[in-house]
Amino acid sequence: MAQATLPVPSGSQHDDHGHGHGHPETTTGTTNTKLAMWVFLSSECLFFGAFIATYLLYRGRSLKGPTPKDVYNIPFTSVTSFILLMSSLTMVLALAAIQRGDHRRFRVWLIATALFGLTFISGQIYEFTEFYREGLSLSTNTFGSSFFVLTGIHGMHVTVGIIWLLSLWGLSMQGKIEVQHSEKVEIAGLYWHFVDVVWIVIFTVVYLIPA
Amino acid sequence: MTDPQIGRRLRLAGLLVGAAAVLTACGNDNGQNSLDPKGPAAQKIDNLFIPILILAIVIGVAVITATVVFALKFRHREGKPDNPKQIHGSTPLEIGWTIVPALILAVVAVPTIATIFDLAKVPKGPHVLQVQVDGKQWWWQFQLPKQPMVDKKVVTSTELHIPIKTKVYLSEQSDNVIHSFWVPELAGKKDVVPNHDNHNTIEADKPGTFLGACAEYCGLSHADMRFRVIAQTMDDWKAWLASEQQGPAQPWSGEIKDLTATKYSCTQCHVFDDSTKDTGRPNLTHLASRSTFAGGTYTVNRKNLTNWVMDAPSMIAMESQKCRQPPETPCVGMPSFTKNTPKGQPVMTRADADTIVTYLLGEK
Amino acid sequence: MTAVPEVLAPPRPRRLDLLHRPTRTTGFWSWWTTVDHKKIAILYGGTALIFFLIAGIEALLIRLQLAGPNGTVLTQSQYNTLFTMHGTTMVFLVGMPLAVAFGNYFIPLMIGARDVAFPRLNMFGFWAFLIGGLFIYSGFVLGGAPNGGWFGYTPLTSTPMSQGALPGHGPDFWTVGLVMLGFGSVTSGINFIVTILNMRAPGMTLMRMPVFVWMMLVTAFLTVFAIPCVTAALIMVFFDRNFSTNFFLAANGGDPLLYQHLFWLFGHPEVYILILPGMGIISEILPVFARKPLFGYAVVVFSGIAIGFLGWGVWAHHMFATGLGPVAVSAFSLATMLIAIPTGVKIFNWLGTVWGGSVRLKTPMLFALGFIAMFTIGGLSGVTHSIVPADTQQTDTYYVVAHFHYVLFGGLIFAIFGGFYYWWPKIFGKMLDERLGKLNFWLMLIGFNVTFFPMHLLGLEGQPRRTYTYAKGMGWDNINLLVSIGSFIIAASVLVFLVNVVLTTIRGERAPADPWDGRTLEWSIPTPVPEYNFAEIPVVHARDDFWARKYTEDDQGRLVRLPAGGSDSGTTGAVAVAEIEPDSDSGAGEGGDLGGHGEEPGGTGGHGFHMPSPSFYPLILTLGLPILGYAAVFKSPFLAIPGFIVLLFGMYGWAIEPGTAED
Repeated sequence: MAQATLPVPSGSQHDDHGHGHGHPETTTGTTNTKLAMWVFLSSECLFFGAFIATYLLYRGRSLKGPTPKDVYNIPFTSVTSFILLMSSLTMVLALAAIQRGDHRRFRVWLIATALFGLTFISGQIYEFTEFYREGLSLSTNTFGSSFFVLTGIHGMHVTVGIIWLLSLWGLSMQGKIEVQHSEKVEIAGLYWHFVDVVWIVIFTVVYLIPA
Repeated sequence: MTDPQIGRRLRLAGLLVGAAAVLTACGNDNGQNSLDPKGPAAQKIDNLFIPILILAIVIGVAVITATVVFALKFRHREGKPDNPKQIHGSTPLEIGWTIVPALILAVVAVPTIATIFDLAKVPKGPHVLQVQVDGKQWWWQFQLPKQPMVDKKVVTSTELHIPIKTKVYLSEQSDNVIHSFWVPELAGKKDVVPNHDNHNTIEADKPGTFLGACAEYCGLSHADMRFRVIAQTMDDWKAWLASEQQGPAQPWSGEIKDLTATKYSCTQCHVFDDSTKDTGRPNLTHLASRSTFAGGTYTVNRKNLTNWVMDAPSMIAMESQKCRQPPETPCVGMPSFTKNTPKGQPVMTRADADTIVTYLLGEK
Repeated sequence: MTAVPEVLAPPRPRRLDLLHRPTRTTGFWSWWTTVDHKKIAILYGGTALIFFLIAGIEALLIRLQLAGPNGTVLTQSQYNTLFTMHGTTMVFLVGMPLAVAFGNYFIPLMIGARDVAFPRLNMFGFWAFLIGGLFIYSGFVLGGAPNGGWFGYTPLTSTPMSQGALPGHGPDFWTVGLVMLGFGSVTSGINFIVTILNMRAPGMTLMRMPVFVWMMLVTAFLTVFAIPCVTAALIMVFFDRNFSTNFFLAANGGDPLLYQHLFWLFGHPEVYILILPGMGIISEILPVFARKPLFGYAVVVFSGIAIGFLGWGVWAHHMFATGLGPVAVSAFSLATMLIAIPTGVKIFNWLGTVWGGSVRLKTPMLFALGFIAMFTIGGLSGVTHSIVPADTQQTDTYYVVAHFHYVLFGGLIFAIFGGFYYWWPKIFGKMLDERLGKLNFWLMLIGFNVTFFPMHLLGLEGQPRRTYTYAKGMGWDNINLLVSIGSFIIAASVLVFLVNVVLTTIRGERAPADPWDGRTLEWSIPTPVPEYNFAEIPVVHARDDFWARKYTEDDQGRLVRLPAGGSDSGTTGAVAVAEIEPDSDSGAGEGGDLGGHGEEPGGTGGHGFHMPSPSFYPLILTLGLPILGYAAVFKSPFLAIPGFIVLLFGMYGWAIEPGTAED
């Protein structure tokens, strides 16, 4: 977090704020924040992995319905998944924009990314309500438990991402995101892409591969 | 004293301590001693374990001796030169002490894997006794279903009778939490896991009483979840079986039925007159044919039974305060019939308790 | 999730500061807001020591109860709570944080850095540890302390409170508290990884790093990957208990063994999370006190890495009795045997280090040697667990209790105490008393063995663990009494340590900067260590760089002291330090001046370094966690709202506050 101003990287201790060259010097050449983000995301992989494994373990083993076949609306979820996937593209465009100093486009793509994410979340909320109406709740069967907890935790991750993106947008509106801060956008992007990739995995193993 | 001497003495002392310890342990005939096997499964485990244990003790004593001897031998003393040779490592040594342990372990692995598969074999045939073991909080139920060796089902608890020199194939079930069935002198343990049909084979060479205990933490009174396996000659076992298969030794009617079925609703959980029924609670038919009750922690006698019938939670910790409150609230264990009695329910009198206990003690 | 606001630091912070920025770097209140890795390390260590004493008292109560058959000191319910809390405390609130304490203090010093990569995240990690620990303990007064075992097996723990055999809210406090502790562990793991990979001094290549740093790196990776597994499992337990999910509910098709797989997928790496730092500590102590380099450095490092990898493939050896089937059981048996090989290799290399040395049997060295001996016993009894048929007799008996205490107490705790004696002079500037130290060691060694060696026998003779009492006539009475006596000898040894600490603090001799004639960079800087650690970042030319500045080898490989001035460009008082005979008392006065040798003034902050500034936000952010925790345990949305507000306030405040305040 404090890496930008911390005089700790070797050789850069007199380079007061490390902003000078864009990237403070580190042993590996990757900035501290980015490295930390990668490690954090790899940790998250195991977190999601545990829930995905749980879902797979219980697939087709519910003692009573409704089963996935009864509730899934694959076309609908495909559309929201596609929207989430598109948000990764807009995130890339947002980063590219800020890296070349195009603040207007940066904000446009950023807000588009957040809106895509918001659409996805709305879709998920709609889906959850529909499932609930069709008789599937957390306590109905092992499918209900493992499905809602897995996708719910993913949804929370997307929500955190949206708040993050909107915070960046707010800062940008105040003129506080300059070209040299593009790494902050990049880090948020890493997180956002990760959440998208996790969804691709979830969509495939949870929705598409039949029990 | 020179250094090699120290080494020798330490090694000797270590071996003596180890040997003495193992011998002492083998000599404990408490009925629950894994080093005192009384059946083929436990014997096979012991045959595998003891040589490896000795090997481990030898290696351990060697390493510890080396630690002590090196430290003393190379201790810096005043006036001695203080310029040790700076050894950074040795590839041959590294290779050596990687490969030698690997070889030792490879040798150990062969009988280990063989024994794993040997013990996992499912015994088959008409001379195998099938027993269903139910882990409850906190007691064991044993069901002998109808099979070639058993012409009429028997449900009993806390004490499992088996014929000697007969493979007993256990099917272990739980409808609550995880327990672990363990009779050290007959076999290793096997967990009793809800939704898993686990099995274990036990067999006793000679008649005897073998103690067992639940070995997986299963809640409040886990420590009081003991049991015993009573191995008998085939004739004795058949006699026991025949006696268990009969109806109650005394008529279960009149006053005793009023008390147990109506006044105190004992029958909500228990059965008094049918040794084939599994109600999920201890079947009390032929209770007095057992030597212990309450998870094998109390001897069956008048004093213990009277206390138990009147105020069980004072003898075993149980979450059973609400058991007598209709409608049935979930509860684990036997409620007190003298304390915390809900409105509309009778408090048990000493006279009633005596009547019930007299009946139970007659249920051989 | 805490990474979210990290990237939002704006260029004009002053206008945005929500709170007035703390500036104190000394005095009582500075400890609340510090971001200095050394102070945070002391906070970690001190807090963990207090938890260590609490866990010790719990253990003594357990041993009082078990001293004789049919004990009446404790009720069944109290006993269950105590063994649960003893295990939970020792693993999560003592073992892990003590390792983090040493890592925090010495990783930056050993790699030549001025701080860790993320100083405020570091402080957050400490607060999460402290507050998570207090949260779990608050169960004692708020409706039930944890009583489901440190392993919290389902369905015992996952059964809703209303139907459970476990009275009270115990498992709720346990699951939520452990998730909180998990935040702290993962963030400190990330912090260590980034610090070690990214902030090494010039020339400090990976293969020049001290073994302690290497082991902390492996530990950090294990932490970062293992904690999420258990977090997921704990979330499922909490949902089963409170939101009627069916993860482990057999009646609805759930599988209780799933929990065990997830838990031990964390739990076995966790064992190495606990022991690898200990191995690292003694790998530092042995060469210093044998005055020889670590034997087979590269092999020790790689076997540590191998243990880290193999540690992921052995989790089911905790489940040999659960009915996995002979094929799976055989595979895990072989994997378990396999992991014994790198472990054995380490032991042989440590012995190789002692061999041929000029051994000083100072207290740290005694503890390191004790570690080797005790850990060997624990390792060998571990091998007997890989003999699956034998394990089905040993598991869940006192044999296992003996085994893991030999590994974790004889291993980790011995190493930690060795570390205390070794590094105390660097941290507090005072030498712990040697005579009391030796008394501490011998009492602990004897007490430890009297306590835990007989437990092997108890287990083999059939005494199951986690039972609050045992019947008379089982032949266990005498051994149990002996064990209980041993536990009080251990207590006495800890008491001696505390007396030593108090006496040393009051009237201990001042420690020189390099009292042991050390090898690694932390001994090259003055004591007390300045806030900025290194006045000038060292340039590293060798493994054990500081040693190489003091000594070289003649053509027979024997140790030769370099003449004053050295051949190398040491920046600190290396030469003067080398003049001090480490065994003599008279070196102390000289040592006191060492900090002033060279170009360093006594004061701090006089170098124009922009050290990270203190901050309120790690504390504020962490305060949100217990509020949300209580909201979860008591299902109270009214608590959840302030919890989220505090959390968000902490996050945004943190995000818009720059790491280093503008001048």
